Amino acid sequence: MAALKAKDVLFQPIFNNNPIALQILGICSALAITTTLQTTITMCLAVIFVVTFSNYFVSIIRTHIPANIRIIVQMTIITSLVILVDQLLQAFAYEISRQLSVFVGLIITNCIVLGRTEAFAMNNPPLLSAVDGLGNSLGYSVVLLFVGTCRELLGSGSLMGVEIMRTVGEGGWYMPNGLMLLPPSAFFLIGGFIWLLREWKSEQVEKQPFEIAPNSRTSEAF
Amino acid sequence: MAANRESIGNTLRVAFLVCLVCAVVVATSSVGLRPFQAENRMQYRQLHILQAAGMYQPGMDVRAAFETIERRFVDIETGDYVQRPDEYDQRRAARDVEQSRTVTPDPASIRRQARVAEVYLVFDDGGELHRIILPVHGYGLWSTMYGFLALERDANTVAGIGFFEHGETPGLGGEIDNPRWQQTWQGKKLFDAQGDLAIRVLKGKVGDGAAEPEHLVDGLSGASLTTNGVNNLVRFWAGEAGFGAYLQRMRELHQSGGPRISRAPPRTLGRQSWQH
Repeated sequence: MAALKAKDVLFQPIFNNNPIALQILGICSALAITTTLQTTITMCLAVIFVVTFSNYFVSIIRTHIPANIRIIVQMTIITSLVILVDQLLQAFAYEISRQLSVFVGLIITNCIVLGRTEAFAMNNPPLLSAVDGLGNSLGYSVVLLFVGTCRELLGSGSLMGVEIMRTVGEGGWYMPNGLMLLPPSAFFLIGGFIWLLREWKSEQVEKQPFEIAPNSRTSEAF
Repeated sequence: MAANRESIGNTLRVAFLVCLVCAVVVATSSVGLRPFQAENRMQYRQLHILQAAGMYQPGMDVRAAFETIERRFVDIETGDYVQRPDEYDQRRAARDVEQSRTVTPDPASIRRQARVAEVYLVFDDGGELHRIILPVHGYGLWSTMYGFLALERDANTVAGIGFFEHGETPGLGGEIDNPRWQQTWQGKKLFDAQGDLAIRVLKGKVGDGAAEPEHLVDGLSGASLTTNGVNNLVRFWAGEAGFGAYLQRMRELHQSGGPRISRAPPRTLGRQSWQH
């Protein structure tokens, strides 16, 4: 295997190999916590912290982990980090932690985290693994920020709680799009993001798994 | 190394060490941050009590403002004040068979109710009763909504309402957090001249020609079930099975102009009564 460059490891997952857009991983939380930009940013920071450090710690002890308990060891490390984040949020950002409610805890089940520790950190040195975790969580964050910006702007007419477009309910002109406040809207937005990304980088378009051969027979009956 | 790594001894050793380190990290963060978290929860609750009472301005010192508020305990059945320790937790009591009762009929869908409820009395600068704040809760569309209903000293006029915990749909039922809607509650009367419960949250707006508009509150558009839930919970807690007995006593006291309710000695005041 050719040596991996730290720069590639960091930047490839952002657009070329985005965990959400290309691998379609971790979209559950992208639906739940993107109604406002503030919760989105907090969630992104939490995921960046967890993915980076879980990759780092798993990589440090990767030569000692027996193969038959490796998943559970990775999960233990991930879970501890997530609990740590949850406790910190409850202590220092209580309002946001209430809004994120169970979804901080659900970072544990985010496929991106276990995916990166198992696929990358188990086979690569600690620092490079941390960079890989950072890159992948940044790729996750790019999509989440896109979705969160659209949803808050179109759904509530504001960004970061600051009013951009005065809504009809407040006596302004903007009629908020209620769909944007409901989880399914994130599906449409992520779909739109993937579409735009694949227009730009057409090599990401999946190949047809098989092609239907042209019909060479002239007649059904022999 | 490779053969040794897969041995049973090494498996146990790695499992044990990973668990030990993780347990220490988790336990340290949990114990070390607990005082901050308790402080946050307390402030969050105080803030919502102040908001319901219409006493909250952004940026104010919540703790200082709370010095004028006293927490007391009321027996639901008789409406009498009773003594409870400071750490009394109404929600926990509602789950305890000894300290609670099943609710029948149960319009607010709360199933069990604590026999002793807390109330918050707001006193003005002269030490006289200014407002009464009642904790209320009930089921909406998706979730149990927890909030506070603030009454003026006549125990009849609504001074404000606010919810601090709910899981209603953002933008629809979640508009129970909208200050503009909460303002429409101000000045509404819970009881009519005969002392019967009359407050009602309508589906849709209160029309201009509605009879007795002082008892009617606008519903939230697009959120009929949440609106019903709010209607049910306010009527439940203001009614017989809720604070009915207590509110009647407070109304009579107010009408007779009888003995003023004044602050209890400072023992139960302020912060101590808040530490759980």
